[in-house]
Amino acid sequence: MSGAAPWAEWLVSALIVLGAAFALIGSWGLVRLPSLMERLHGPTKATTLGLGALLIASIAWFQLGKGMWTTHELLVSLFLFVTAPISANMIAKVHLHRLRHAPDAAEPGPAGTPAAPSEAADWATHEAPHLGTPGDFEGD
Amino acid sequence: MSGAVITAALAFGFAALGLALVMNLWRLFRGPGLADRILALDTMVINVIGLIVLAGIAHGSGTAFEAALLLAMVGFVGTVAYAKFLLRGDIIE
Repeated sequence: MSGAAPWAEWLVSALIVLGAAFALIGSWGLVRLPSLMERLHGPTKATTLGLGALLIASIAWFQLGKGMWTTHELLVSLFLFVTAPISANMIAKVHLHRLRHAPDAAEPGPAGTPAAPSEAADWATHEAPHLGTPGDFEGD
Repeated sequence: MSGAVITAALAFGFAALGLALVMNLWRLFRGPGLADRILALDTMVINVIGLIVLAGIAHGSGTAFEAALLLAMVGFVGTVAYAKFLLRGDIIE
């Protein structure tokens, strides 16, 4: 299928190289950085943005090369950009939770061990939410 | 099928994402904490979505994107379920 204009092919190729390089850099950060709180940066930012570039490349390729307008990629990228911060937040909460329960289990990171929350704010524990805290849906 | 430039770019993309997956595997086996392993699995899912997108471009078929969308959803639900289980001792309360 050689219906694409030369500049379209160059555009798609540049986006593919950019996206794959960003994904590679994100994974390299996952290997290279010293503590979990720093390691979170690589995959959640670099890899997600790299995938965004790959999806734009896919949209451009199907649109410019074949005249097909596909919206699946937009859905994938929208979903990914919405969910990446949520999963990063959950992983950070797991890290803090394990740090509080077993301080030797993981390295705390450059900021040190976080201060323990007050008694009325159990946001990441096995215990049920206390009366009157945001997670408490029964005591309202 | 397609020009020489896009073939070279696709080869680079497949190689880079494969190398990224190997790095994630290293972190998955090595990772000192449980949170590192969840993060490595989450990153692997994202990289595999990238591989599927590249395969869709290489084969010129639009059917690969349903797989990518499905993987994005399942990966997110898996990550959140695992984190939720570790945080609360239960997934659905």
